[in-house]
Amino acid sequence: MMDTLVAALRSVLPADSVITDPVRLRTYECDGLTYHRATPGVVVLPGTAEQVAQVVRLCNEHGVPFVARGSGTGLSGGALPREDGVLIVTSKMRAVLEIDLANRRAVVEPGVTNLAITEAVRDQGYYYAPDPSSQQVCSIGGNVAENSGGAHCLKYGFTVNHVEACEIVTPDGDLVTLDRMDPGYDLLGAFIGSEGTLGIATKITVRLSRAPEAVTTVLAAFESIEQGGQAVSAIIGAGIVPAAIEMMDALAIEAAEAAVACSYPEGAGAVLIVELDGPAAEVELQFARLRQICANAFELRVAADAAERAAIWKGRKSAFAAVGRISPAYIVQDGVVPRTSLPAVLAAIDRLSAEHGIRVANVFHAGDGNLHPLVLFDDEEPGAGERAEVVSGAILDLCVEHGGSITGEHGVGVDKARYMPKMFSADDLDTMQLVRCAFDPRGLANPGKVFPTPRLCGEVPGVRKGVHPLVESGKAEQF
Amino acid sequence: MDPKLINDCVHCGFCLPTCPTYALWGEEMDSPRGRIHLMKQHVEGTPITPEMAGHFDACLGCMACVTACPSGVRYDRLIEQTRVEVERQHVREPHDRAVRGLVFSLFPYPRRLRLLRPTMWLAERMAPFLTRANPSLGAMATLAPRVRHRQRLPRLVRARGERRATVGMLLGCVQREFFPQVNAATARVLALEGCDVVVPPEQGCCGALSVHSGRDGQARRLASRTIRAFERAGVDTVVVNAAGCGSSMKEYGELLGHEPPFRVVDLSEYLAELGPVAKRHPLPLTVAYHDACHLAHAQGVRAQPRELLSAIPELELREIPESAICCGSAGTYNLLQPEAARDLGDRKARAVGTTGAELLVSANPGCTMQIAAAMRRGGSAIRVAHTAEVLDASLRGVTL
Ligand SMILES: Cc1cc2nc3c(=O)[nH]c(=O)nc-3n(C[C@H](O)[C@H](O)[C@H](O)COP(=O)(O)OP(=O)(O)OC[C@H]3O[C@@H](n4cnc5c(N)ncnc54)[C@H](O)[C@@H]3O)c2cc1C
Ligand code: SF4
Ligand code: SF4
Repeated sequence: MMDTLVAALRSVLPADSVITDPVRLRTYECDGLTYHRATPGVVVLPGTAEQVAQVVRLCNEHGVPFVARGSGTGLSGGALPREDGVLIVTSKMRAVLEIDLANRRAVVEPGVTNLAITEAVRDQGYYYAPDPSSQQVCSIGGNVAENSGGAHCLKYGFTVNHVEACEIVTPDGDLVTLDRMDPGYDLLGAFIGSEGTLGIATKITVRLSRAPEAVTTVLAAFESIEQGGQAVSAIIGAGIVPAAIEMMDALAIEAAEAAVACSYPEGAGAVLIVELDGPAAEVELQFARLRQICANAFELRVAADAAERAAIWKGRKSAFAAVGRISPAYIVQDGVVPRTSLPAVLAAIDRLSAEHGIRVANVFHAGDGNLHPLVLFDDEEPGAGERAEVVSGAILDLCVEHGGSITGEHGVGVDKARYMPKMFSADDLDTMQLVRCAFDPRGLANPGKVFPTPRLCGEVPGVRKGVHPLVESGKAEQF
Repeated sequence: MDPKLINDCVHCGFCLPTCPTYALWGEEMDSPRGRIHLMKQHVEGTPITPEMAGHFDACLGCMACVTACPSGVRYDRLIEQTRVEVERQHVREPHDRAVRGLVFSLFPYPRRLRLLRPTMWLAERMAPFLTRANPSLGAMATLAPRVRHRQRLPRLVRARGERRATVGMLLGCVQREFFPQVNAATARVLALEGCDVVVPPEQGCCGALSVHSGRDGQARRLASRTIRAFERAGVDTVVVNAAGCGSSMKEYGELLGHEPPFRVVDLSEYLAELGPVAKRHPLPLTVAYHDACHLAHAQGVRAQPRELLSAIPELELREIPESAICCGSAGTYNLLQPEAARDLGDRKARAVGTTGAELLVSANPGCTMQIAAAMRRGGSAIRVAHTAEVLDASLRGVTL
């Protein structure tokens, strides 16, 4: 099966865009979550939307599953390949096709990095707002698939709030455009965050935002994480909507310090990074208020210029990868809790950590309660990996118990599929599967992701597979 | 290949966008993350296949990935170890072997290079024919600089005015044969800033090309000889004006297992540290400064040359977009991987073109020649100079 498919793929793609060499294939075995691995059956690197569509059609003809991949930075194993399938990588589709400042839009190919969009329009005073920490490398196609967010999503929203339209290749190989302005169902809304299970984005129209007139970035150091948490609640309580409020605990600070020498205040139990932006007068007022609220911070640093702002952010943005400096291995967790539960959940994480002898560094988008606990362990120590898994899983349980979610922005992928039943009933999950089946009746698009038990569409109540018996027997016609 | 160093990689991909080969081809196995994965496969028992070797050979060794990596992965060491392994295990195709043999028996030996020089202008004319025969030979020919005239530096260049320091100076093999004017400018600038400059005549190649190509034994031999030359000269600081040489010399400790008895500094690093005393005369020029990889990524020297240049009255410094991405020159890369080098050169030329600058400056003549050649191909021209030459012109009050 694979052999005839490969031959067919070679007939529609340039020779060097079809990879079958086993050594090369293995470099695609995982995304940013290296825990799950599988060597893809074949990797293709299409250069155009039409080529993507042709590949998907061929997959359909051969009944072979396919998985999309952008830059492979996903943290939930969403781009985990199938050994019996095709991995469709968008990293050759990196053109910014159109910039339309008058309408504040840009049209880009899916492999364009998040930051490249901003770089293309920065000089004109615009930017692309969602800013995942991985922004210099993650692809916009991956962002759409994961509905990625970033530090500034508190004020500006996630990817879904900044995408106007997507041209997609549907799971059966049609090239269609989903537009925000389309009347009827919000199919674009359904597609964004679908983790590659509803099709492959081949062209994305993003909204550009005007760079704010003033930006003030403050680094506040607190003795304890509780004090930091209280400050967060007080800031939001005061009616201030900062562009970002990020918190890091002592262990995360230690890692960032080791990695990028960010020189955060020494001895801090927690640091808060608060960014205010908007019209200058408003920012000034908010800043005055912020100063009062953070009165118990033992140090308050205000960035004087862009370079100092970048220095403050550097520690935070590199935090995930930086824990590599203080621990041989780690799991990046992603969960959400209501802001008011932050102190209780953090205390519970502390207890878990002590109980299992596993260190947990905390980095989070404090403003919207999106936690990123980094569960540290030594992969050479027998049993440590398993203990870390337990702690990491228990943290998700905590999130669900407190009325939160098992993922804020990294997606469900393959890693969290098993937690879905903790949040949703069987009926909920079935209903979601109905949506999936509507797009992908044959279950070829990224199967095995998002849902705990892959179901054939035929098993789902109300959805038929194949020709209806009444049609077959000539008793009815279907239009 | 050290498995510990390999395991430091957490597969985050932050290194991808600054990798020149990933920028060109967008393929995982030609990215730093992918190459580290290939190393891992090899350590776990996969033999070095021709495909694998191809991806290692395509790496420019530009070290942009080291700068970009938040986990502190020592890709520089990894690729050096890997290249040694590739040389040991991988049997190359005959024509590949021949080109490599030629390059490595020529470049690290100044005397052999000198013999080659009179034929250079001829080579330039023959370039189109050579390219057809073998792209590497073609690249060698088109890139060959026209040398003005020979300038030999004395053993000692005395400080002008009050003496503030005594430093050794590395001449570099390619530098001394093809760019003697850069060495002359370097010595003059140091002297004008109050340094006695010691130039040991018995110094040879520092071993950089050999290190970067996995020629381990040759690298160690050349390194030891260089250390001996400066040790005998009795200096405690050696100033280097060629980025590639400086970065390898700074790693002599790792190469040989013991630190040399002197400190190695880049010219701009040293001048910034010393502080200016000589008067700067105005140079009304627009300048684009290019970060040579072996200076910016390998040595982390980015701010100092920019400071030195901006301090020259009337000189306007312009930033080149995508400055972290290699121009494709990368030592012998343009000889060994001519197609990729050419594509990267064109990409860089376009970026330089957007600045509209009149003069392109870098700490590595290899880079500036590569970029200037690419700009000529693209139908525009730019003058080039080494940082030392610009400073020299300003200090002496002459035009450039
Ligand atoms: C250090 C680090 C920090 C991170 N920080 C953040 C953060 O702050 N916020 C955040 O939200 N995420 C973050 N992430 C996670 C990750 O970067 C995002 O999920 C990102 O959107 C993934 O993009 P990618 O191009 O790497 O996609 P991949 O990992 O290649 O793929 C991710 C998913 O998208 C699908 N996909 C990819 N391209 C397409 C396409 N064109 N059409 C349809 N489906 C597609 C894949 O099938 C897969 O399911 C971080 C990751 C790392 C390693
Ligand atoms: S050294 Fe340069 S070419 Fe080689 S992997 Fe690193 S960034 Fe890429
Ligand atoms: S940035 Fe560093 S840790 Fe991340 S993939 Fe590259 S080498 Fe590995």
